[in-house]
Formats: sequence, structure tokens, C-alpha cells
Amino acid sequence: MDTSSIPSSSGNVERVNLDVLDEIIRQHGAGSGSLIPILQKAQDAYGYLPKEVIERISRSLLVPSSSVYGVVTFYAQFRLKPVGKHIIRVCHGTACHVAGAEKITEAFARDLQVADGETTADRLFTLESVACVGCCSLAPVAMIDGETFGRLDGRGVSKVIKRYRRQERKD
Amino acid sequence: MATAEKTKILVGLGACGIAAGAQRTMDSLKQRIDELRMDNVELGVSGCMGMCYREPLVEVTLPGKHSVVYSGLTEERVDRLLDEVVSKGQIIEDWVAKADDMAGSEDAFFEKQHRIVLRNCGKINPENIDDYLEVGGYTALKKALEQMNPEQVRDEVTKSGLRGRGGAGFPTGIKWGFCAGAPGDVKYMICNADEGDPGAFMDRSVLESDPHAVLEGMAIAGYAIGAKQGFIYCRAEYPIAIRRLGIAIEQAMERGFLGDGIFGTDFSFKIKIKEGAGAFVCGEETALMASIEGRRGMPRLRPPFPAIEGLWKKPTNINNVETLANISWIINKGGDAFAALGTEKSKGTKVFALAGKINRGGLVEVPMGVTIREVVEHIGGGIKDGKRFKAVQMGGPSGGCIPEELADTSIDYDSLNRTGAIMGSGGMVVLDESTCMVDTARFFLNFTQEESCGKCTFCRVGTKRMLQILERITEGKGREGDIELLEELAATVKKASLCGLGQTAPNPVLTTIRYFRDEYEAHIKERKCPAKSCRALITYKINPDICDGCHVCHRVCPVDAVQGDKKEVHSINPDLCTRCGLCKERCKPGAIFIE
Repeated sequence: MDTSSIPSSSGNVERVNLDVLDEIIRQHGAGSGSLIPILQKAQDAYGYLPKEVIERISRSLLVPSSSVYGVVTFYAQFRLKPVGKHIIRVCHGTACHVAGAEKITEAFARDLQVADGETTADRLFTLESVACVGCCSLAPVAMIDGETFGRLDGRGVSKVIKRYRRQERKD
Repeated sequence: MATAEKTKILVGLGACGIAAGAQRTMDSLKQRIDELRMDNVELGVSGCMGMCYREPLVEVTLPGKHSVVYSGLTEERVDRLLDEVVSKGQIIEDWVAKADDMAGSEDAFFEKQHRIVLRNCGKINPENIDDYLEVGGYTALKKALEQMNPEQVRDEVTKSGLRGRGGAGFPTGIKWGFCAGAPGDVKYMICNADEGDPGAFMDRSVLESDPHAVLEGMAIAGYAIGAKQGFIYCRAEYPIAIRRLGIAIEQAMERGFLGDGIFGTDFSFKIKIKEGAGAFVCGEETALMASIEGRRGMPRLRPPFPAIEGLWKKPTNINNVETLANISWIINKGGDAFAALGTEKSKGTKVFALAGKINRGGLVEVPMGVTIREVVEHIGGGIKDGKRFKAVQMGGPSGGCIPEELADTSIDYDSLNRTGAIMGSGGMVVLDESTCMVDTARFFLNFTQEESCGKCTFCRVGTKRMLQILERITEGKGREGDIELLEELAATVKKASLCGLGQTAPNPVLTTIRYFRDEYEAHIKERKCPAKSCRALITYKINPDICDGCHVCHRVCPVDAVQGDKKEVHSINPDLCTRCGLCKERCKPGAIFIE
């Protein structure tokens, strides 16, 4: 079994199985058209794209790792750093912008004590801004993992965060 | 009218509905129907009905009766619905959004609409191919394959006058002709579902609500151009659309509407889904193809055009979701029927995602030629909270702001172009008096600047410089001559950029300068934001006549800027205040105002 050390989402370095990646590569085939789908599936599996994963993809697809990095850094979806357990995506589309999206990001940043784009110290939340999630009639909107929260305000943000924190304590 | 013995309940499970709690409604319905052993009830899923402002929506059809759509149907309302409507056969009039045989409260929303693209949206279960077949699905593909040759199909589409709905408005039939005429055995048909304009969700709703209509359109297009392989390039941000497309492709393959030898002819067509990875520029044809090939999505010089040298250097045709959703209707009803709708040069209908400061936001489809005002005031029900209608933003980052004075402009490609905005893909965001136009321009420039792929210097650096100028104007640091500098930069960026992103990026700035120059000047010369929106130029104040000293503002202020003891009139220290607005949001008597 081929393993490599990458930090887990808890921040500890642990041995992680690269066999998962090899299986993903096998399923998609090694053509250059498979690069983006492989990166997407790898990120799903590992939470982000560690160096070891990028190098293995580079060797398997015979694409220079510089080119793989080129693709990874071009697309907003890919991450080179681990993220929190819950990803908060505050929509900054046009409708949300005019409905005060900036204040929603600020409220999350204030409640979580992180800057936009960063992860909380306890690695529970990552705060991101996204272009548009397409739920314009519910503006301002934020998505946490797969769930959408519409018509938010400062108070709504606090409520949502409290709900997640309560759930975490229960788990 | 339903003839079935069973009561049919459909829950609208589009992304908007789910965001408003429709999944919880669905789960609750399922549970209660089980518990109450209501065996004569058939519970199903439908897509987007368009009335986003009334979500969650549930359609109930009692045996032998017309269907009624109930709105605001959150899980708390499930029991009453099951008791009064399903068991007792009554109608809860207060909740009715739309009914086929009676005046619903939302007639105004639908009255001026004409639904071709959205014909099945919210009416059929997008995850069940039989629902699509019941409303005539795949009959257009059958007709094309059995009764028409590829040239006749192209001619019919050309005759319809259909123009590309992604924004550029190129005639679809003629585009197909280029690819059909290109030499080569292997050709590709791509559906562009990389809907990236902020404030636009037309394609998402169609894909989520009627995926088979898009597949059928693609198969017909494939036949017309001579392609055997299709790709759908869809944003990864649309997980429900991707999942439903996957189900639809699988079902169409099983029934033989896709695959080898369709309808016993020698035509074969298969479709693969490619997920985008979050790059706005990939909506541009050549960038989209580079992305499918696994490279950075950067546009390239045309010619060669994709019709000659496209995906993997093979002739390729790319159409937008909405364009393709029109195709089966055109083949079935004929190009003339489509051309009968609309204006001289803009035929058919257009779908708009109506959002912003409007009473009834949602998905609307209108015949070309209606005016902006009809959409905003009649269909959309006017501006929220009784505020003043200021402008509509059309065409997203490539479009512009059309002021209220020009709201009688007809919605067609040419009239909209004359205003400096564009038809665009269909985002229509309504702005009211509290929206700052300089900030709106800054917002779009921030977007295009971030999304510029960096290939062309004028787009990469020019948009950055324009953004910096707009930022300083909104921060109250604008300089004399900034407006002229913006205009000069805008002209250069438009001229020296390779693709549509750079060529159109200055439009939001140019249109706001053209129609709202006084707002720019107020920011620069008087250091004032007339819309009272730019933070650096406003102050939060407390009206002592209204303040009752409840102390809530003091408690919620994160920076301790609110001063005053309980039961006394409070005041805000402008030096400490960060203008976060929390106090105003929480002030019950409404004593806090912006100056």
C-alpha cells in the first residue's frame, strides 16, 4: 500500500492512503481530458489537493506538475489548503450584493472570528465568498455545506452559527 | 383536469424551493401521509414553477378536479393542507398561488408570460421520463429523424428566427450550418450550461425542471450538424441540475432516445456531462473547450472558429441551454409559429431571472417586444417596500444599467443594444433608490477583474485600474478627472481584449456614467453618496424624538459606538461606528437613520 503523510482536517499529520487516488485515476483513464474530473474527485476524497496527490496525478497522466498546478490555481473550485468541517459560502451575486451581502460576510466573520477565505482555529468552519448560487429571490443568501439559508440578516447569521455549534457539541 | 382516482401532490424541488424549505415540506408530507395511511395520495416531485417569491410551492390535484398551487407551504402547514384540502376537498384560499379554474392571486404574474422554454417547468417530474413523454417529449426528435433530413431541420430553425440565448444572439440555424458544412467525420455538439452571470438562474431552473427538453434539443442539433457525441458543460455549483441531467441521460439511453440507432434509424447520439470548476470565463466558447480538454480555460483567437476547429480540433457547435430548450417546440410546431412571436428581428420568447428590489421575483418568460416596464411593474409587481424604481441591470457583468426613464424600451436585441446594455443571458436585477450606481459599477468590475483569465493585458490590467478608480470614488477619495479617465480606460479595454469578457467588462461602468453621471459627480465633488449606501460617505444617527432608550442598539453594537443609558436617548459615535448596520436592523421603533 502506498501511503504518504498529509495533514488531516484535524491538523494532525497522519498516513493517508493514495490507493484511493489511484482508483480514481483508473476509473477516469489517463487522457488529458480526465485531468479536471480527477482533480475534482481527488478533492472530494481528500478535502483539498495536497502536494503528494498533485505529484501522483502528474506522474500518472504524464502531465508536468507545473501544468497540473496551472490548472489547479486557474479554477476557483480547487484548494491547496485543508478546509474546515463546514464550508460557509456567502453569495455575492448581484441580487445578494444589493441586498447587503457584504454585511452578511461581515457578520459571519465577526461571529466566527475569521477573515473571509479563512478557517476557524477549531477547524469547524471555513468562510468563503462566492459569485452566485442562483437563489436570487431569497437574497441575501449563504450556503453551508449543501444547505441554503435565505433572507439572512445579522441576527439570522448568529442563529445559524449557534445551530451548527450546538449540533457539534451533540456529536 | 385529472382523471386519475388518486390525489396527486407535487412539491416544487428546485434549488430555490429547497432553499426556502421545500425538502422539509416533502419529508413531512411523506411522513404524515404514511402515518395517516392516505393510500389514495400520490406524492411526487416537480421543478421550478417560477414563483420563487412564494416558495415553497405545492400543487394539489384532487381526483376529477383542476390543480391548485399552494404557496408558502412550509412544513408547519402540512397538516392543515392534508386535512382540509386532501381529506375534506376544500380550498384554502389564502394560500392559493395559482389555480387552473379560478382567479388565483398570482394572475398578474402569469398574464403577460408566454411559456415555450418553461412549458414543462414545475408541471412534470424532472426525474421521470414518462412525465416528459406524456407531454409530447421526444416526438420532435422522432419527427426530425423520420421525416426530415438534417438540412430541413436547420432550415426550420433558421426560419424560426431563433437567436442564441446565451447573450450574443447569433442566429442558431446559421450557426448549425457552419458546423454542418465543415469538413470532417467527427463533430461535437456542446451544450453550454456554465451559467456564470451573477443574478442569473434561468438555465439552472430549466436543467433542474425539464432536463429532457435540453437533451432532446441536443440530439436534434446533433442530427442537424452531423455529430454523434454531445457534451454538457455545467457549473459544479449546480449539483441538483447535474444529478437530474445524469438521471435523464440514463433514462433516455434505456428507452433508446439516446444511444445507437435512435428510432430505428442509423443516427447515433450520446451525451456526457462535464462539470465546470469555477471559472466565469469558461462560458466563452474557446475557453469552455479548453476546459473540457483539461487545460486552463483561456480563450484563444478566432478564427479558426469552433465550427471549423473546435473541441480536440474537430468541428464543434456550442449552444446555450435556453436555445436548446426551444428546439423541440420549433420542430413540432414549425419555425413559422415561433417567428410569429416577437419583433421583426428578435423572434420567440426570452426567459428572465427577475430579482433584486422587486415584489415578485422569479423566473419569467415573455414574448420579445414587451417592455421592461411591463416586466418590472406588471409581472414583477413593482418595487419592494414602496420605494422608487431606479434602474434595471440587464446582462450581468457584460451588460449595463438601464434607467427608469428608458423602462419603456422594448425587450429585443437591437433596442437593448441601443441603450448600451445587452439582452445578455437573462439576468434582470431591479434596483431601487437605495442602490448606489457607482457601487453597482464597482461590484461588476470587481467581478470581471477577478474573473479575467489574464491573457490580454488590457483586460488584466485595465479592469484592475478601473476597479481602483471606482473604489476610491466610493471611498470618498475620488479625484477631478476620474470619470474621464474611466471612459478612456473603458474604450481601450473594449478595443484591445480578445474575448467577450474583456470586450464587455466596461459596459456596467459606461452605462452608469451615461445615465447616472450626477451620482459619480456627487461622490467626487461633494463627497456624498445620494443613495446613502457607500459606507465612507454616510453616518448612522439616532432620531432623539423616536428613540425610547430600549438599549438594544447599545447591546448589539460590536464596537461599542452607541452611547447612552437605559431609558435615555442614545447617540452614535461616528468615529467608532463601522457602519455595519446591526443597530438599524434591530431598532424596533425605527429611530436609527442614515445621513
